[in-house]
Amino acid sequence: MENKDFIKPYYESKIVESPDGEEIKVNPLEDYFCGEAPKSHAPNSNKLWESFLNWARAESLWVLGFGTGCGSMEILPLMTPRFDAYRFGVQMRPTPRQSNVIIISGYLSVKTLKRAIRSYEQMQNPKYVMALGSCTINGGMYYDSYNTINRLDHYMPVDVYITGCMPRPEALLAGFEEMKRLIKAGKGEKANEYAENFEWYKANQKKIIKDWNMPDYNW
Amino acid sequence: MQEIIERISKVFSVEEVVQQNNHQWFITVPKKQALESVTYLRDREGFVHFVLLSCADWIESGKFQLTYLLNHPVKKIDLGIRVFIDRENAEMESAHYLWEQIATYQRELYEMFGINFPNSPRLTDPLLLEGWDNIPPMRRDFDTLKYVEKTYFPTPGRKSNDPGTYMKEKLYPNE
Repeated sequence: MENKDFIKPYYESKIVESPDGEEIKVNPLEDYFCGEAPKSHAPNSNKLWESFLNWARAESLWVLGFGTGCGSMEILPLMTPRFDAYRFGVQMRPTPRQSNVIIISGYLSVKTLKRAIRSYEQMQNPKYVMALGSCTINGGMYYDSYNTINRLDHYMPVDVYITGCMPRPEALLAGFEEMKRLIKAGKGEKANEYAENFEWYKANQKKIIKDWNMPDYNW
Repeated sequence: MQEIIERISKVFSVEEVVQQNNHQWFITVPKKQALESVTYLRDREGFVHFVLLSCADWIESGKFQLTYLLNHPVKKIDLGIRVFIDRENAEMESAHYLWEQIATYQRELYEMFGINFPNSPRLTDPLLLEGWDNIPPMRRDFDTLKYVEKTYFPTPGRKSNDPGTYMKEKLYPNE
């Protein structure tokens, strides 16, 4: 089926005229984005310092406000006074640059996966992924859908899974506790895993995102 | 409602009338008269609210069934106009000039069923499926499970039960 590429004008190279009348050639894919693959960061050699850093990381989990499926409904009561996740150092942020946790809340369609990958790659290290609901584990009730992925860990490195369909906000709080425990124990290194297995993740992502019209690494 | 159907039967060749409930009727008209009857109902009978345009795939008889569902806001009744079109090289006249939002429904039908609506605005722009390269997924000859097994890394050893028989075995084994 014929598809028109909408964002093509934004990424194909063009000649722009500067205020002085100078002509500048702009290639957005090279000039606006970094094409380099991500690098893995070794933990600090001083163990005491590293454990202090891990404690600090664990106590400030800033979540990207990005809802993918029905699970995003569970995040609203989580942040309001009844469950009040703020008391655990969890808060929502509007942009990927300001956050270090992305919650994939429920089923993930291919179209959304493309946006989720872009958001994840724009987040700065250290960063963590939380997968919510059975859809992210094995497809859940959408296991035979033409348009939703089955296993999230083939496309993004997942730190904590929360089971249920849908998990209650209490389960999410327990998931945050588990994530804190992992980070404090020095096991929240999934961003490094992503960098080390970058080729494998990219191949899986490109297998299903057929109109790949963005840079390989988007930060 | 009967009066409306009698009046429309005099103008168009209505093939079938189905009463779904007290406030919903469906009539079947030939393809050539479909948009004429929709226009007639909108302009003469007061069905000014367009509810939806849907499609069903009757693969056995090789037909797509389009339903233009209209609503009468004063009488609080719905009337659906059903049209059967050929499944092979499916094509239907575009109705976007009647209500603008029909163009979006037609984009969806183009994407999900592969029905062509000539001259419909932005018809071929992707709506939900970006870069889809298979047959349209809502056609019944598209095997979703096979596609998933080929594409999405399904969990090995996953079992699924038929809810009806599973519940019966667990809850009422003796019945």
